[in-house]
Amino acid sequence: MAHEQEHKLEIFRGALKFKSNVTKIWGVFVVLSIVTTVEVALGIVRPDFLVDHHFLALRLLNWIFIILTLFKAYYITWDFMHMRDETNGLRRAVIWTTLFLIAYLVALVLIEGDYIFEVYKNGYIKFNF
Amino acid sequence: MEATVVKTGTEGKTWGGGNQPLKASYGKMMMWFFIVSDALTFSGFLASYGFSRFKFVDAWPIPDQVFTHFPFLHGVDAPMYYVAFMTFILIFSSVTMVLAVDAGHKMKQNKVILYLFLTIIGGLIFLGSQAWEWNTFIKGDFGAIETKGGQIIQFLDKEGERVALRDFAAPATGERTEQTRENGIWFEGEPEYYPSVSFEQVKEGFLANDNLLVRIQHKDEHGHHIVLNREESIAKVVNDGAMVVEGANLRHNEYGHPLFADFFFFITGFHGFHVATGVLINCIIFFNVILGTYERRGHYEMVEKVGLYWHFVDLVWVFVFTFFYLV
Repeated sequence: MAHEQEHKLEIFRGALKFKSNVTKIWGVFVVLSIVTTVEVALGIVRPDFLVDHHFLALRLLNWIFIILTLFKAYYITWDFMHMRDETNGLRRAVIWTTLFLIAYLVALVLIEGDYIFEVYKNGYIKFNF
Repeated sequence: MEATVVKTGTEGKTWGGGNQPLKASYGKMMMWFFIVSDALTFSGFLASYGFSRFKFVDAWPIPDQVFTHFPFLHGVDAPMYYVAFMTFILIFSSVTMVLAVDAGHKMKQNKVILYLFLTIIGGLIFLGSQAWEWNTFIKGDFGAIETKGGQIIQFLDKEGERVALRDFAAPATGERTEQTRENGIWFEGEPEYYPSVSFEQVKEGFLANDNLLVRIQHKDEHGHHIVLNREESIAKVVNDGAMVVEGANLRHNEYGHPLFADFFFFITGFHGFHVATGVLINCIIFFNVILGTYERRGHYEMVEKVGLYWHFVDLVWVFVFTFFYLV
């Protein structure tokens, strides 16, 4: 059963090619480190422009954090967990299921949370627990 | 003479049976399905965190002001650095894990041993860091006053720097008499939690010190907590103040809303539990590798399956990091 699995050795849609799986792993590590460093730097500086401007009721800064997080999640799943090398069927069974369920859950729950916030703010109910 | 049909005419076709359309072993596929269900569990927790945060969106603590400590740098304001360090530790242990999997594919026993060892060390460093983080969070730093309505108010000087309660509270007068069971019919016991200064001391010290202002939980449109002027501050403390809160537990939280502490303990705790079980499983596999179990079996797929779990733990941390510390 020792199937010597062939690894796909390119990331960034082929823009970055590696010679071996080991160098690819280090390459992905460098990418993830850079992204994390950017996140931490933004988290400490919190530039006024990104904090004060909103897109779809969310600060631009938070959008950047969420997108960078999904970016990191993609590379962890695709290259560390070898999702890139799995069959389409397995990949879709795992990724689509989780993505759609989580998106559904998060959307409903956050809309409800925002609604309750409005009730506290505009209604006659005081801050409580 | 053939009495039964042994050929169905579907041999070699996808649904003819006997083939593996997903080209993954049973064990690996089950690990993926477990990861899917665990991902849904974690997203349930994070979504409920988001729910509570949206519910109190104008009064939620700012993580930069909560997690400001770094070991051996006492009194230095170091927001985020420590969590960033923890994140790097976990990502790096993920790298050593995937290197172990790669060495396993090439049947290099000694390299698998080395990389698994490094992975376990990384996991242990992460767990230790989390323990330190919890300890700092529970102990608290400056202390705060909780109002009758359950809001937290914190103290600043005129320059906007936080001031600790112990630095301005009036000296204690009189002694605190401990209640005992004999004196009360319904008395159950002393509360397990009482702070080092009383509310009366804090109030007296605050009124005596003109340099002190109060910061409340509510935020302005830029997302900063509102700082009251001296008159409003006095009114707030005298009219609304109820008790002293130092540190955080499941009921009170000096950093802001108690739900923040509840979710912090629950989500990072549940994640830490995953890391701990991950380290345990890694150890078991580590010893199996040393004993040559997989060498005899002819393949190192077990390292790969455990690796999937370990990477998943890292993946979850990436999200916890974003939603607890950054956003």
